[in-house]
Amino acid sequence: MKHFSRRRRVAALVASILTMASTAAVVHTGRVASASVAPAMKPAVTISNYSFHPATLTVNTGSTVIWVNKDGDVHTIRSTSGPETFNSPALDTGDRFGFTFHRAGTYHYSCSVHPYMHGVIVVR
Amino acid sequence: MVWTFAGGVPRLLRADGEARAGEIGQFTFGQISDSHIGFKAGAHPSAQDTLAEAVDRMAALKPDFVIHTGDVSHLSAAGQFAVAADIMQGVRRQVYHVPGEHDTIGDGGKLFFQRFGRGSGSGGWYTFDAHGVHFVGLVNVVKLTPAGLGWFGPEQLQWLDRDLRHRSASTPIVVFTHMPMWSIYPQWGWGTEDSAPALATLRRFGSVTILNGHIHQVIQKVEGNMTYHTADSTAFPQPAPGVGPGPGPLQVPADKLKALLGIRRLDVVANRVAFTDITLA
Repeated sequence: MKHFSRRRRVAALVASILTMASTAAVVHTGRVASASVAPAMKPAVTISNYSFHPATLTVNTGSTVIWVNKDGDVHTIRSTSGPETFNSPALDTGDRFGFTFHRAGTYHYSCSVHPYMHGVIVVR
Repeated sequence: MVWTFAGGVPRLLRADGEARAGEIGQFTFGQISDSHIGFKAGAHPSAQDTLAEAVDRMAALKPDFVIHTGDVSHLSAAGQFAVAADIMQGVRRQVYHVPGEHDTIGDGGKLFFQRFGRGSGSGGWYTFDAHGVHFVGLVNVVKLTPAGLGWFGPEQLQWLDRDLRHRSASTPIVVFTHMPMWSIYPQWGWGTEDSAPALATLRRFGSVTILNGHIHQVIQKVEGNMTYHTADSTAFPQPAPGVGPGPGPLQVPADKLKALLGIRRLDVVANRVAFTDITLA
């Protein structure tokens, strides 16, 4: 099934992103100052019950944010405003999507299947 | 569950059930909805298996044709569309599709329309006629509103107005589209933002039947000569409107599940439509 092979590729991609994120975290150790900034190792947004948790996540420039779909329904991550655009494929239950933020700013995003779901990533 | 509605005063049918020349023929069609091929959750039976069961039951009814009111697939994946099309062949009848929002993820429905589209218009909406009844398939999932509601858009609404303008008000109309055309629970996206102009266009007809999927349960509303009906899914049930924290798949004991999945038989007699919702239990 094409679908499953694609999901394996997504999983492999996410694994490599996680590895890169860990590497980056080592490089940046000691530079993460404020407690309000998510740890650089793996800033993550959980999708559950048709909402993003946390709704607003603050990360440093260069961080990779991972979204994890823990919901029973399909969701996507689609930027609606911000310095860069990102758009995930359909994320089934358990699927992950990662995006690395290279430019500082405020990014708004939603789910294309359920556009009433809103989230914000603040990159500084 | 068997029930009929008359949208007004019940009529006495001719005893032989045969329509006279010029009258609406008597015929049966079927509705299948929300097959969500690709959906799986824990011990839940596969959506392929439950669709195959639904198709077996539909084939046994020997309808003239079948309408599928969307969410054929769970993830808009080519393989899921292929599996669904293969299983749906089991009804051995023409199947008329409209997409659900799960069929248009990422590509606006390109793969869906390639396989299931009727090719008549740029946006995927179309009509056909059967036994004197005018069927209209509408698309309200390609561009959802920011609030998550369905959206027809002005091009489709103008097309609908042009299509219906010169038809006799005595022509029975059956409209089918994925998301409900009345506001069932907008907080969960269970409605269509711009359905009002479509309903205004339809209101002058003597018999209007509106068939939807999307909410995985049977809910109906009668408003004069217009009746609205949502349908069961063949894959998984959803909670009643506003009950519980969200619209996610309803968790039910395995032995209760199939009583919440189903198909629909529609019998057209004179200009009335009789509904029979048949569960997979």
